[in-house]
Amino acid sequence: MAEFALPKHSKIVKGKEYNLDTEVANPRKVNVYRWSPDDDENPRIDTYTIDLDQCGPMVLDALIKIKQEIDSSLTFRRSCREGICGSCSMNIDGTNTLACLKSIEDVKGDINIYPLPHMDVVKDLVPDLSKAYEQLTSVKPWLQSKTKPEDGKSRKQSPEQREKIDGLWECVLCFSCSTSCPSYWWNGDKYLGPAVLLQAYRWIADSRDENTDQRLEELEDSFKLYRCHTIMNCTKTCPKGLNPAKAIGEIKKLQLERK
Amino acid sequence: MKTIKTPGITHWKLQRISAIAMIPLVLWFVTSLMLTILKGYDSSINWLQSPFNATGLILLFGTLYFHASSGLQVVIEDYVHHEGLKIASLILIKLLSVLLGVLSILCVLKIYL
Repeated sequence: MAEFALPKHSKIVKGKEYNLDTEVANPRKVNVYRWSPDDDENPRIDTYTIDLDQCGPMVLDALIKIKQEIDSSLTFRRSCREGICGSCSMNIDGTNTLACLKSIEDVKGDINIYPLPHMDVVKDLVPDLSKAYEQLTSVKPWLQSKTKPEDGKSRKQSPEQREKIDGLWECVLCFSCSTSCPSYWWNGDKYLGPAVLLQAYRWIADSRDENTDQRLEELEDSFKLYRCHTIMNCTKTCPKGLNPAKAIGEIKKLQLERK
Repeated sequence: MKTIKTPGITHWKLQRISAIAMIPLVLWFVTSLMLTILKGYDSSINWLQSPFNATGLILLFGTLYFHASSGLQVVIEDYVHHEGLKIASLILIKLLSVLLGVLSILCVLKIYL
């Protein structure tokens, strides 16, 4: 059966508290999920109190501040700090998002930070995305063509053709959507998930790609595609404001037209 | 990753078609329920004696059990991960829905036998 309860060794316990030495005007508690593969301990929630007047505006700024000033063992992924690299995806305030795009101001009360749900954890806030990347590779997310470009150099697109991949190419592959999807939680080994299906559709919708039919044939599978039950968590959570549920709907529409 | 492919479009399509078909059928049935069937045994028998009503009811039963079994199939595929248990419950559900469907349709036809 699908697992609804956490295994014993995954039960989260209360961790350490790091308080401020001095009174400040604008303190805020940050509760962070901690787990290390190096010891046999259960995951814990550490609580860090930070001075918001001495911190940048985003949740990522708070995490970087904690790592630099309070606890250097805190582990998380980050790179561009502007929503382009997709590295710092995590569950903040109950929603999967990018820490660098999530404003501290938007979080009421304590800031609760967990890794992306239902993925194996590598350490602290770093999820193991290797299976998701494997699934991404399986949809061949690159341009496939048999013919040579007309002028031998570039493949031209009309503005209308180009518009069709708007709302698709912007995906930064943070996997916030896939890890918010209950269907992906229960069947992540077989269901491709919204992030990968949006990528698949990005190439199906691209006028320059000549392998559309083969791509659709690959996706025509009761588990790979049809585990999507239009729950819409993906669209609700996407930090880039994209609509993976719509992309999946478009793939299903094309499957109908094909058969 | 498992690579055994099972097509899904037919199931997906039929599930939606049966859902749409049930909208008018259920509306019609509920209206009839209020207007005649709930008035008692005699008026129900009278109502069923019209071939149009009997046909409608048979169509409703057929669609209903088909839709129910294909919906339950999805739930089982989603949540039951033990392969043997999954196949057993899928077969059980198909058999039960055929059994109940045939039984319901026979009940309607019995009026005419």
